[in-house]
Amino acid sequence: MNTILHILHKEFIQIFRNKTMLPIIFMLPIVQLLVLVYAATFEMKNINMVVVDQDLSSKSRALVAKFEASPFFKIQQNTFSVKEAESIIKSDKADFILNIPSGFELGVLKENTGNIQLLINAINGTTAGLTNVYATSVIADFNRELIIESINILPPAIQQVINVEYSFWYNARMNYKIYMLPGILVILVTLIGMFLTSLNLVREKEMGTIEQINVSPIKKYQFIIGKLFPFLCIALFELAFGLIIGKLVFNIPLVGSLPLLFLFAAVYLLVALGIGLLVSTLSSTQQQVMFVSFFVMLVFIMMSGIFTPTESMPDWAQKVNIINPVAYFMEVIRMILLKGSGFMDIWKSFVLLFIYAVGIISLAIWKYRKVA
Amino acid sequence: MNELSVIINEVSRHYNKVIALDKISVSIKKGEIFGFIGPDGAGKTSLFRILTTLLFPHTGYITIEGLDVVKDFKKIRNIIGYMPGSFSLYQDLSVEENLNFFASIFNTTPEQNYHLIKDIYQQIEPFKNRPAGKLSGGMKQKLALSCALIHKPEVLFLDEPTTGVDAVSRKEFWEMLKNLQNFGISIIVSTPYMDEASLCDRVALMEDGRIMEIESPQNIQAKYPYLIAAIRSNNMYDIISDLQEIPKATSAFRFGDNIHLSYKKGELHKDEIVNFLENKGHKNISFDMVEADIEDCFMELMNKN
Repeated sequence: MNTILHILHKEFIQIFRNKTMLPIIFMLPIVQLLVLVYAATFEMKNINMVVVDQDLSSKSRALVAKFEASPFFKIQQNTFSVKEAESIIKSDKADFILNIPSGFELGVLKENTGNIQLLINAINGTTAGLTNVYATSVIADFNRELIIESINILPPAIQQVINVEYSFWYNARMNYKIYMLPGILVILVTLIGMFLTSLNLVREKEMGTIEQINVSPIKKYQFIIGKLFPFLCIALFELAFGLIIGKLVFNIPLVGSLPLLFLFAAVYLLVALGIGLLVSTLSSTQQQVMFVSFFVMLVFIMMSGIFTPTESMPDWAQKVNIINPVAYFMEVIRMILLKGSGFMDIWKSFVLLFIYAVGIISLAIWKYRKVA
Repeated sequence: MNELSVIINEVSRHYNKVIALDKISVSIKKGEIFGFIGPDGAGKTSLFRILTTLLFPHTGYITIEGLDVVKDFKKIRNIIGYMPGSFSLYQDLSVEENLNFFASIFNTTPEQNYHLIKDIYQQIEPFKNRPAGKLSGGMKQKLALSCALIHKPEVLFLDEPTTGVDAVSRKEFWEMLKNLQNFGISIIVSTPYMDEASLCDRVALMEDGRIMEIESPQNIQAKYPYLIAAIRSNNMYDIISDLQEIPKATSAFRFGDNIHLSYKKGELHKDEIVNFLENKGHKNISFDMVEADIEDCFMELMNKN
């Protein structure tokens, strides 16, 4: 036990003496949270559109005016040629063409049908989907007005039989930041914990100091614990720091129990740091460690459901996520912070992660060889 | 003095197909300064890594103070001190912190064994708050030695301790080792410098993973069968190939400023050699007889193999 304390003492001296470490510990969360939470949003405003109005009638103008009035659309340009409109999309100045062919008004008035064409740039599937939904709702709105106008009475009451009222639970105003901030926090603690741990151990290898440790009677588990604990503390500190920023700047709700969150985070970090340690016991240079951890992190984070819910992923991806620790934490941090879930709601994830932590750290200890 | 501290028996180790150590057998007495002398790549570091339980031998066995390096490696780690060839202390920790840390991982304190390191540590004590990485080469080496000694090891392993250290510090360092001998510590040192060999009690001359000779430096020199002449002339560039043409000479090689020419007693005379060189066009020839030292002996042994 004493030996572990001495190793910890040494590690903390080294961490706080490192001139680049402290700025990273404090600056990283501020920058990540302030920049990413604002940047990583799904809300779309100002979709650039091109209008090709070949009809030039009062009805077509009314439709264009409807788009113009919507906060989601911004008319980039008006033109009469579909070809020109397409070239504007090609040059990436707009993502959406509204094409109103000539004879639109005539059709509406005489035959009760009018045709228009929407052309959407689908390079980004999400954007294209949202653009389509927004545009369709604008057109549907316009359509209803046309019906009212043409039959000069209120629309049939049938439409009002089922009255839908929305209520968004746990995030009443659909504030995207409240959803994103916990996710970014997960990335933050993972990044700090995993990278710092793995780089630290391999640095001892590069400097040759591990030789001196290896010839000493220090036991393998003592050494590994000595390497894990300091970064666990730092990562938990980061979590607290991030939550404070979240509360002060974004006013995120802290519904659930914070002790439970930190307990879960500690178990999660044991897994993340264990992976970092395992990577570094298997590598011999900081460069190798960086590449491998980066790869592992990227896959885990992308699959964790930070942007898209894991439930909508293909079946195999959901199965892969069983071994993705980030996915567990991503789900649980949102459950605790936004929903106020208690231990009984998350115990399954907790137990699984705990087993995972024991497994991965044992593997790291076993793989760390003092003797070649 | 006659008790054995380290027994190395038929130890081999290879890396894939390269043989680093080839059936090495050495016995080292308690309290002895024993040197492994050999050029780079002779297998010294591999042997040291096996001795310090960092590497397994492929064949043979080693005991240190009666403990087997493979079976009892945990116990051995408590009784040995190891100073690797490259500086391997924490560069960002201060002198004092390094010493405290290495004492604490052996469950001791710097005060407990201060008498052992007193002479060495006193020299670096004025800089005790300086980070180890900012010390000069000689001071780093003193700190490394202090850290290796702080838990009062019975056997001290020094792998090329004086490589990259200036001549004055090297001399000081060997004086420190001599002092340590008084505490009954067996000191095993490896070095590529032949001149340091004569400071050991006994040396093993190593090459290509084999031991060529184990003797005290004095005996090795006494056993040298040839006479040696140190020769200089105005044309040092050609002189070595000219001298090698003398049929009765056993060897000629550069040694510092001179060429060392060795030959069997009675087979050659000074005049003969000087005449030979004058005929080849050399001028200002100087000719001195010298005592054979370890380097001469080493070269001789290498030629034999």
